[in-house]
Amino acid sequence: MFPRLVFESFRRQKRRKLLAGAAITLGVAVATAMIAVATDIGDKMNRELRTIGANILVTPQEDTLDVEIGGVNLKPASDGAYLNEADLPRIRGTFWHHNIVGFSPMLPVNVALNGESVTLLGTYFAKPLSFGKDDFVTGVRITHPFWRVEGDWPADSSQDVLAGSRLAAKLGLKQGSQVELAGAQRRVSGILSTDGAEDDEIVAPLGLAQQILGRPGAVRRIYVSALTKPEDALGRRDPKTMSGPLYDRWYCSPYASSIAFQLQEVIPHSHAEQIRQIAQNEGAVLSKIEGLMLLVTLAALLASALAVSAAMATAIFERRNEVGLMKALGAGNFAVAALFFAEAALLALSGGIVGFAAGALLAQQIGRAIFDSQITIQPVLLPLILVIAVIVTFAGSAAAIRRAVKFDPVYALRGEA
Amino acid sequence: MSLQAHRPGSSPPISMFWRMLLRAAVRRRGRALSALLAMIVAAAAATAMLNLYVDVQAKLSKEFRNYGANVVLVAKDNQTFSSAALTTINSTLAGRGLAVPFAYVVARAADGQPIVVSGTDFDEVRKLDNWWSVMAWPNASQQALVGKRAAAVVSPQGKPFDLTFRGRSIHLVPAGTVQTGAAEDSRIYLSLADLEAWTGVQPSTVEIAVAGSPDEVNAMMSALARALPMADVHPVRQIVEGQARVLGKMRATLLATVLLIIVTSALCVLSTLMGWVLDRRRDFAIMKALGASARLIYGFFAAEAAALGCAGALIGFGLGAGAAAWIGRANFHAPVVPRFSVLPPIVAGSVAVALLAAIVPMALLRRVEPATILRGE
Repeated sequence: MFPRLVFESFRRQKRRKLLAGAAITLGVAVATAMIAVATDIGDKMNRELRTIGANILVTPQEDTLDVEIGGVNLKPASDGAYLNEADLPRIRGTFWHHNIVGFSPMLPVNVALNGESVTLLGTYFAKPLSFGKDDFVTGVRITHPFWRVEGDWPADSSQDVLAGSRLAAKLGLKQGSQVELAGAQRRVSGILSTDGAEDDEIVAPLGLAQQILGRPGAVRRIYVSALTKPEDALGRRDPKTMSGPLYDRWYCSPYASSIAFQLQEVIPHSHAEQIRQIAQNEGAVLSKIEGLMLLVTLAALLASALAVSAAMATAIFERRNEVGLMKALGAGNFAVAALFFAEAALLALSGGIVGFAAGALLAQQIGRAIFDSQITIQPVLLPLILVIAVIVTFAGSAAAIRRAVKFDPVYALRGEA
Repeated sequence: MSLQAHRPGSSPPISMFWRMLLRAAVRRRGRALSALLAMIVAAAAATAMLNLYVDVQAKLSKEFRNYGANVVLVAKDNQTFSSAALTTINSTLAGRGLAVPFAYVVARAADGQPIVVSGTDFDEVRKLDNWWSVMAWPNASQQALVGKRAAAVVSPQGKPFDLTFRGRSIHLVPAGTVQTGAAEDSRIYLSLADLEAWTGVQPSTVEIAVAGSPDEVNAMMSALARALPMADVHPVRQIVEGQARVLGKMRATLLATVLLIIVTSALCVLSTLMGWVLDRRRDFAIMKALGASARLIYGFFAAEAAALGCAGALIGFGLGAGAAAWIGRANFHAPVVPRFSVLPPIVAGSVAVALLAAIVPMALLRRVEPATILRGE
């Protein structure tokens, strides 16, 4: 009898059920999309923040002091220690290699150009490397996305160079000009503008800088761009003071400090440190954005919960006469409440599933439109959303059902509702 | 919109209209309240989201100022910034930014190693570069802030040390060390006065954190370039671009959220109000049976809907502004100040939705004979 009551209720009141179901579907869709966007926004914004540049710097352990003013290197080129280029691909072998967006080795060399001393910076532009079976591309085009080139980027295997924009203006260099560097003519493939010290420099493939310096395989420093987790109490602690399990947790969290520590482990004789300006502020900005999205998501959830409640309350309110009839025919309070709750559960589940699918689509659209990338929807979200939908629908119906159950059948039957 | 024709000689007709409006709200409190509640929630959600949307740029821009300078002034051709030039910079900024001068020399440590020594204003640096991890800031003359790597060279045990520059030497007491993970670690920082007394060198670089949106920063850069023709003005591009990107994406995400929430709440209000109006088809039928004109009935329901929309929008605006202020305080430690420019669209939107919710069922009921409704069919 009970299933038939429920079934008939859905069959006969299609329009009303559709309205309530539509409200639930809409609410669930908004909730799903918001939760998906909010959980993924940290990762998306982390990638956007990587445009600010590298957040970890690897230097030789036994290096002499940098003598650098405004990014201009004043240290004699022969001075100091070097890292080995052959060790670089091992960066992909660290525990958090998926979080490492890219890295760029740098080797500054002083060269004479038109009788003046100019810094030639050797680096990777977009160099294909491989570690084990893993092939990847890395270089300044990934770690320094704010560098802009008028003309072409040189190939990493070539002898072409980029001229900094201020240097090019001073010497009248253009794309395709030839410059004499270390006894040979090199082609300027493009003009580089960074608004930084590189504007006064020549930027060349790493191999060319090593050749001019006469030290094959030498690298002065490595800029690493990594996706990191905002530093919390654990991240700020000194790993040397940690006990075993705590240390493991620190090591397996993508803090800037633990990624730097792991880089130090794989590159011999190196010292890796977070660039505090980038790493610290990134964490602060990210936690603000995540906090904001969390609160906004809560607001959206609240709005959709109220929408669902309002729809359910209206739907039940309209059925007072039916309740009166059921009660007059001898139905108990429990039977009436059970009927309404069963209907609410059915509506919540069906609306929840459709709403989840619609919300997932919506999240995809938002991800594609705003971030040009997919927003991942965790499958675990579906049962969670369904449970929330049922709870919200029940909570929204509860007050209305209580009133309906208390309703005196006499008024309903006399038509005085 | 007058009952005069039907009830000559009674109390002023306009009061009858208001009495009906008022009594309708009082008599059926439950339904009217739930409709009003839906209206309030929708208006509050829309207000909170619009307030946040308008304010988020300013709030996040402030977070980005923690990255330090976004504009750098470098004196051209080995000139320096005199104190007059520094005053010009500060008056150009007019409180909308923080300018910190830096002077640089390459001095020699006791063992002859070259080392970069910088003179600056410690109080200002502290505000500009709050990511510097500093043990203790210098607070007296002849005290130095020593970079972590420089400390290992000049003063491994934190003892006082000597530096020489062009034959003149200075005796310094390390107040503390600074660690940044970048070039600062290899430098020694003194107060500008100490550096000038020792070397005679004046600031050659001014780092500025300009407040505001990317457009405001650009405007300030052109103003600085006009005021100081002897300096190169350039942006710290990665910071400026990173900020623009993140702010742009954040605003777009919030806009999508705002639209979603507004559409959801508007539909919720629409369905609740339509239910409410449909529920009152008896009133409609009785009014019609008593001879009220269609215009009067429309006017009555429309006025009712408009009143509901207005009341809901005003209360909702208050609640939503409160919610936005709370979110601002909880997340950014600064309240989001309510924007009254948001109020007119909220009121207009609420009234429009309420009117729509009244008109659709009215149009449906228009052709129905009152007798049908009164007979309960």
